[in-house]
Amino acid sequence: MKRKLLTVGGVLLACIVFFGALYAASRLVAPKYHDTLTEGHLTGEYYRETTDHDVLFIGDCEVFEHFSPVTLYNEYGITSFIRGGAQQLVWHSYYLLEDALKTETPKVVVYNVLALKYGEPQSEAYNRLNLDGMRWGAAKIGAIGASMTEGEDFMSYVFPLLRYHDRIDKLTKEDLAYWFSDGEPVSFKGYVMHTGVNPATETPQERYDPKLPGSSMEWLSKMADLCEEKGVSLVLIKSPSIWPVWHPEWDAEIEAFAKSRGLRYDNMIAENDAIGVDLQTDTYDQGQHLNVDGAEKLSRWFGAVLRDAYGLTDHRGEAVYDADYARLTERYEQEKQRLRSEEH
Amino acid sequence: MLFPSWAFLLFLAVLVPVYFLVPKRIQWIVLLIANAVFVCIAGLLGAVFMAVTVATVYGATRFFDASFARQRETLAAMKATHTKEERKRKRLSFERRRRLVLIAALVVNIGILFVLKYGAAIGRITAGIFGTKAFGQDLALTMGISFYTFSTVGYLLDVYRESIPAERNPLKLALFTSFFPLLVQGPITRFETVGKSLTAPHSFDGKRFLSASLRIAWGYWKKLIVADRLLVAVKALCAKPDVYRGDFIFVEMLLYAACLYADFTGGIDITIGVGEMLGVTVEENFFRPYFSKSIAEYWRRWHITLGEWFKRYVYYPLSVSKPMRDLSKATRKLGAGVSRRVPVYLATILVWALTGAWHGSNLTFLVWGILNGVVILLSEELKPLYARFHARFPKLTESTFYRGFTVIRTVLLLSSLRILDCYGTVREAFSSFFSMFTTWNWGAVFRGGVQSLGLTYTDYAIAAFGVLAMFTLSMVQRKGAIRPRILKRGTVFSVCVLLVLIGTILLFGRYGFGFDASQFIYNRF
Repeated sequence: MKRKLLTVGGVLLACIVFFGALYAASRLVAPKYHDTLTEGHLTGEYYRETTDHDVLFIGDCEVFEHFSPVTLYNEYGITSFIRGGAQQLVWHSYYLLEDALKTETPKVVVYNVLALKYGEPQSEAYNRLNLDGMRWGAAKIGAIGASMTEGEDFMSYVFPLLRYHDRIDKLTKEDLAYWFSDGEPVSFKGYVMHTGVNPATETPQERYDPKLPGSSMEWLSKMADLCEEKGVSLVLIKSPSIWPVWHPEWDAEIEAFAKSRGLRYDNMIAENDAIGVDLQTDTYDQGQHLNVDGAEKLSRWFGAVLRDAYGLTDHRGEAVYDADYARLTERYEQEKQRLRSEEH
Repeated sequence: MLFPSWAFLLFLAVLVPVYFLVPKRIQWIVLLIANAVFVCIAGLLGAVFMAVTVATVYGATRFFDASFARQRETLAAMKATHTKEERKRKRLSFERRRRLVLIAALVVNIGILFVLKYGAAIGRITAGIFGTKAFGQDLALTMGISFYTFSTVGYLLDVYRESIPAERNPLKLALFTSFFPLLVQGPITRFETVGKSLTAPHSFDGKRFLSASLRIAWGYWKKLIVADRLLVAVKALCAKPDVYRGDFIFVEMLLYAACLYADFTGGIDITIGVGEMLGVTVEENFFRPYFSKSIAEYWRRWHITLGEWFKRYVYYPLSVSKPMRDLSKATRKLGAGVSRRVPVYLATILVWALTGAWHGSNLTFLVWGILNGVVILLSEELKPLYARFHARFPKLTESTFYRGFTVIRTVLLLSSLRILDCYGTVREAFSSFFSMFTTWNWGAVFRGGVQSLGLTYTDYAIAAFGVLAMFTLSMVQRKGAIRPRILKRGTVFSVCVLLVLIGTILLFGRYGFGFDASQFIYNRF
């Protein structure tokens, strides 16, 4: 009996050591997204939030590089977070929203419609950037199921070692530095700052299908249902970038959809003058994304729109928010300074 | 369903507990259902071909059994009333009918294999001759057909020769034909061993389970760490015969030798391990083949079951067949040596040509097979010379150095022949091989050459470690099987070994997104 117990204990101990080692190896080889490919860090940063938000942004780079939650708070007292991600497709957005709505109920959810032009999963790399940091639950399982491209398998999302084991000979200092720690946030409540200036030139022409894919519109419809069910106002926007091109037919389709569902839709491309965005000075990559000046201008304009349309509370003066945003603002300004000094 | 896939592991994870939880008398039915699922997942057409094989072989073998019984009864009844001549005629009439049924069954089964294996090639040749559209270009081998056809044909011939009785239950024959681990890359099995083992009741044995797990893990280790890694470089070398010439071919020979060994033996380890897990004994297919001192010895230790099959069902019957005996008689006037050699030579070359053809429809395989036969016959002819050399230098030939030399010589010789396996045409293969003797470019090989083959230095280091591990284990194996020694050191130690194997596979194996889930090389045969 004693011998049997010893054997069972020994096997258990071996298994514990084995799974411990696998966990450590898995953490080591998984990309850290901290110093490089920082977009992969965004999804996970949401879970560090200690306060609720009035506004939740979801969508692709046109949200996480175009809206500054710091400006929204400092100008209007609006609390917000951007659950954005690189090439975040509509089903990613849907599940990230579903995940967020499990723990908080914002007054407004803002969705940028550019990604609706994609009706099929596009790339494993972008799936990983959007989903690796997501908390496990029904939403993540659903998101993986909806996102997988050919050759991907669910198990490798459950056990990242199965996906990233080939990085074993590509490890860098970053992997060691953030082996067991997530490090400082790389964003400012989901906002990724750029300070460079690279003026917009010509808008590249592309062939396109005048109709948005039916599958992406279905996901949008599901998103509207989800917001309705939770009593959240869904706002559709097209942020003011001039490319990738947002075609008039797509605009009309979204307009019609918004009308049919009683949603607000703002195509900000036409509002550039009112917003004050100048694509000669407010973009860092020829009009595709805004730099911090453009993002602040857009946030000032859109903050007023949200405040007026949805009567959002001004939280300035509330200790818990003031303390949070004071720390964030300090880091935000330091980062702005650092980036600007690096440019010079 | 690939062995290195989650689907296969899940399949196994469901099957094993179910198999041992059901009453023993229906275990084989559970296995049959599992086989059916496995075969159907691989393709319904394959399932149809397999059903045809089971039906025809079952029908033919039952006919043989009945015919033998009737023959015995009839001849016994005729003993008192008929002459010896009449009884002989009767026996011959029974034999003729059995032969007709045998031929029909062989035509159907070998025919299916032949059409699937050579249909596309014949279509291309016909199109070339007649200038018509090539037919049969979408014909492809179905899962395991080369292996199960040979296994069932072996069974058919054994029953025909009355070596074993026919199986009365067609489902048990179906179980033998379709046993799923054997469909990936064999081995070719015999009904009286594997067939019986499949239908016997089995109890769960923890020690056997652990032992089988070790063998399976070692198989995956070889496949995913060594074979699939080296295959990248081998494929790159073969894909550009104009670029990779000279000393690159020597590198290719060595890499392919290691890759094929790891791939084939790895797959067989998984097969035998899965069988063992279920209590089913599957024949060994290798016996440290790279330790052979001659090509003939190598072929007794590599893909043993294929060699045995050809020996048992082609070589021996052919050597003693009437046409061969007649040929031997006819050549007697040319001398006793010639008369003795002619049937042996012919049978050997024919068997090796068939062995080559079994591997594929490409002419390279046929040439490869014939060359193997030629080398074996040449070695036989040179035996007296070797004997004189051994007698002259006894100390040298008994030394470890000389034994090592013969082993390396054999590996190099068979690796040279295997070059034919790597290229699309015989011309390309010969041209590449002989460029080794005309182009000296070691500089190019080591100055960026090996890096251009899709592997990093880390990959080469991991593969080298893998090869060293395989070699070391083979050396240790010479003193006896390794797994019993591991198990003897206790469950905890065995589990630790298993976990180390799994851990290293997970960390250093080539699998997952971005890697081609590669089928075993022998699966395409």
